[in-house]
Amino acid sequence: MANATTVLEGIERTAPTGRSQRPSVVYEWLTTVDHKKIGIMYIVYALIFLVIAGTQALLMRIQLAVPNNHFVSPQIFNRLFTMHGTTMVFFVGVPILFGFGNYLVPLMIGARDMAFPRLNAFSFWISAFGGILLYMSYFAASGLYGAGSAPDVGWFAYAPLTAKVFSPGHSTDYWTLSILMSGIGTTGTALNIVATTICLRCKGMTLTRMPLFVWLLFVTSCMVFIVVSPLTAAQIMLTLDRYLGSHFFDTQAGGSAVLWMHFFWIFGHPEVYILILPTFAFINEIVPVFSRKAIFGYPAMVAASVGIGFVSLSVWAHHMFTVGMGPAGNTFFVFATMVVSVPTGIKMFNWLATIWGGKVRFRTPMMFAVGFLFQFLIAGLTGIMLSSAPFDWQLSASYFVVAHFHYVLVGGILFALFAAFYYWYPKMTGRMMSETLGKWHFWFFVVGFHLTFDFMHIPGLLGMPRRIYTYEAGRGWEYWNLIVGIGAIVQTIGTLIFVYNLVHSYFRGKEAGPDPWDAWTLEWSTDSPPPAYNFAVEPTVGSRRPLWDLKHPEDPDSSYE
Amino acid sequence: MGLLRQIRIARSIRVPKQVRPWSVSAACLLAFAYPAFAGSPTNIFDPAGTPARSIFSLSMLVLSVTLVIFLIVAGLLLYALIRFRQRPTDTASEPAQVYGSNQIELSWTVIPILIVVMLFLSTTRVILETEAKPKPASAVNVIVIGHQFWWEYRYPKLGVVTANELHIPVSDPKNPSPTYLQMSSADVSHSFWVPRLAGKTDLIPNRINTMWIDPAEAGLYLGQCAQYCGTQHAKMLLRVYAQLPADFAAWIKQQQQPAQADLSGQPMAEEGRKVFLHNACINCHTVTGTVANGRFGPDLTHLASRDTIASGPIVNSPENLKAWIANPDTLKPGSLMPSMHLNDRDLNAVTAYLTTLH
Repeated sequence: MANATTVLEGIERTAPTGRSQRPSVVYEWLTTVDHKKIGIMYIVYALIFLVIAGTQALLMRIQLAVPNNHFVSPQIFNRLFTMHGTTMVFFVGVPILFGFGNYLVPLMIGARDMAFPRLNAFSFWISAFGGILLYMSYFAASGLYGAGSAPDVGWFAYAPLTAKVFSPGHSTDYWTLSILMSGIGTTGTALNIVATTICLRCKGMTLTRMPLFVWLLFVTSCMVFIVVSPLTAAQIMLTLDRYLGSHFFDTQAGGSAVLWMHFFWIFGHPEVYILILPTFAFINEIVPVFSRKAIFGYPAMVAASVGIGFVSLSVWAHHMFTVGMGPAGNTFFVFATMVVSVPTGIKMFNWLATIWGGKVRFRTPMMFAVGFLFQFLIAGLTGIMLSSAPFDWQLSASYFVVAHFHYVLVGGILFALFAAFYYWYPKMTGRMMSETLGKWHFWFFVVGFHLTFDFMHIPGLLGMPRRIYTYEAGRGWEYWNLIVGIGAIVQTIGTLIFVYNLVHSYFRGKEAGPDPWDAWTLEWSTDSPPPAYNFAVEPTVGSRRPLWDLKHPEDPDSSYE
Repeated sequence: MGLLRQIRIARSIRVPKQVRPWSVSAACLLAFAYPAFAGSPTNIFDPAGTPARSIFSLSMLVLSVTLVIFLIVAGLLLYALIRFRQRPTDTASEPAQVYGSNQIELSWTVIPILIVVMLFLSTTRVILETEAKPKPASAVNVIVIGHQFWWEYRYPKLGVVTANELHIPVSDPKNPSPTYLQMSSADVSHSFWVPRLAGKTDLIPNRINTMWIDPAEAGLYLGQCAQYCGTQHAKMLLRVYAQLPADFAAWIKQQQQPAQADLSGQPMAEEGRKVFLHNACINCHTVTGTVANGRFGPDLTHLASRDTIASGPIVNSPENLKAWIANPDTLKPGSLMPSMHLNDRDLNAVTAYLTTLH
């Protein structure tokens, strides 16, 4: 490895700030507009919700471990899966990925902050407010009717179950408004990332030299503009239905239940890509660094990302193969959905080719990235099964679907997120996370994951629908659900090790230095943690891997690109 | 039992016509996995009707293709990770940097496109043969209406109304008499899913969907609501009784009769009928031949001829019926039927009356 100090040559070291009286820590964090602090707040906030929503999942698995269980009532179970889904998508997935985006995009393009720092702070706080509002429902939503606490309409809240007559009280309103809030925050951050990427790149960083991480966050943010609007519109229409007597989704007065499905899924499916593209971004950084090779097929990777962004906007109705769209509609969405697998496959093959011929270092980030590669492959293949509409007539709304999208969300996204934590934690805190604990975390989690989600496919094939609080004995589902429950407990242990590692390493971790992984992108050229202004002098880059060029002046990338 | 089913699935694997070569490898895989699936009455890989069978053969094709892709890609990945791992003996130098190759990119773009086209075409064929199939004149029509949390079945041409237990004739493949279900919902969305007969179709309020089923063998086929519809989505079970033509005709004939009017010699039932007709029961339930004509709850004209109550989860016995009438919430929390707060005498009387409704 090249000496870190040599690497840093040419980049001015930080000068201490002249301020003598520091404001209190709380005040500083509450009022900060620093993209790094906001990024960390996003991440911590999402981690708290991850623990909450994970606990909800565990409770559900205990309830389903044996048939005809009475651990929780149907009312409580229905709230659990609604809150679990809503929280994981809107208050864990989006904020945690935008947290990493917020932290890393300016650092990777050599900027001092996001384009609109105050909008950035606003976006975070309005999203955070949304999450808190959702959980306020547990205490406040019974309202005048005393009808219940948290929302229980499912995370995609199909009409007309959300109509006033089927969902009295205010729990559905808490759901609607919290998602509206989070949508505003998401749009603000997306706007910020797009503007930052377009306007604030450092000298020499053309679009074709931008790290793939930034490309993917850019594509994701563009998608947010397009798909959050229909969701917001649908939430407003639903509120009008509930309070001002409009009839968009009110089937008893001629409204359309299917209209809600279209509105929701034109958001809902691209949302999956909004969640998965940033994790591709992590993998695009981690796999090359730990294989010690440049990413294979950079232009193809960019094209595939943009391609996924576009095609994913035309696949939403594959969630609706069972609503009776007719052969023409079904056929179109089968085709569009299958086409997405082509750019996704290109990505997978490029990662494979990046590893090919490298020298793979199995440190914790790479182990999670490898987990991602295998699991995302399987998730993609079960996705192909579901895209075949007739097969989907059997599989949709069954546990097979639940297993499939958890394979994407946990086996793919969460594994990539863990990889990102181990990889960038040293940059964010200045300390390494414990490798030993990291490996324990990995093995517990990987075993738990496979126990839970491999075996979860089977009850779906045996006719078990999702969202049932209990089931009859004798349908062949018992053993599978028991194994799934055991897996959930093993995953919980893994997660606890991770949380312990996060806290422990913050105080006891080894000093990281600016560039612990011998990496190649700009964030590793500044201190860990970076100073408030990121770079004392604006960096200049001549290739996609500026630090490679510095470390290998005899054979720089810039002579090949 | 397990062996019997194994034989049955082996036979159903032989049935697919169009994609047999592909089926073989996946069928082998299934045979290994088979013990896992044995004994489930709701197994999608144990089809008993035409739609389920064409889905089954398509699924074998898709499974085979994805299995082959998995083996190739995962194998390469595993090989690369082992072969190109960093070894303690390695020098500190970086490996050769390779930036890409247009030929290779092209090949792993074109091959997946070909696979997609192949899968798309076979999928389209099954969509058309299921959804665009003309309805034969011999078809039986049933209107299915989903309710929170039970199923209403109406046979418009036969003048029969029943609930929760669907009776249909078996369909002889040589002379098919499939049952066409016209589906809608009285409240929220539901979904009709009997895995061994067909894929699921949603029941959506203010909209009519159609599906068809044609089991060739008599028997009971199970399933349940597959679209979350509220508190008791879990206990909205489906029971489809496929009957031989003679049995089906007999069942229809019996269901066409009004409720038994002469209860002389059964004073308890006689009293129960009075209680029933003088309470709010009649606002929600129909008993043909009486003033009870409510449609919010299941038609009770032939309640005693059913095997189960509460849409499937509870055996139809006098004890269960009594417990149900006393307080449905204890057996099926969230059920929309309220407790009528009857005293014990009235409760016994109503139960006695309902058990006469054959």
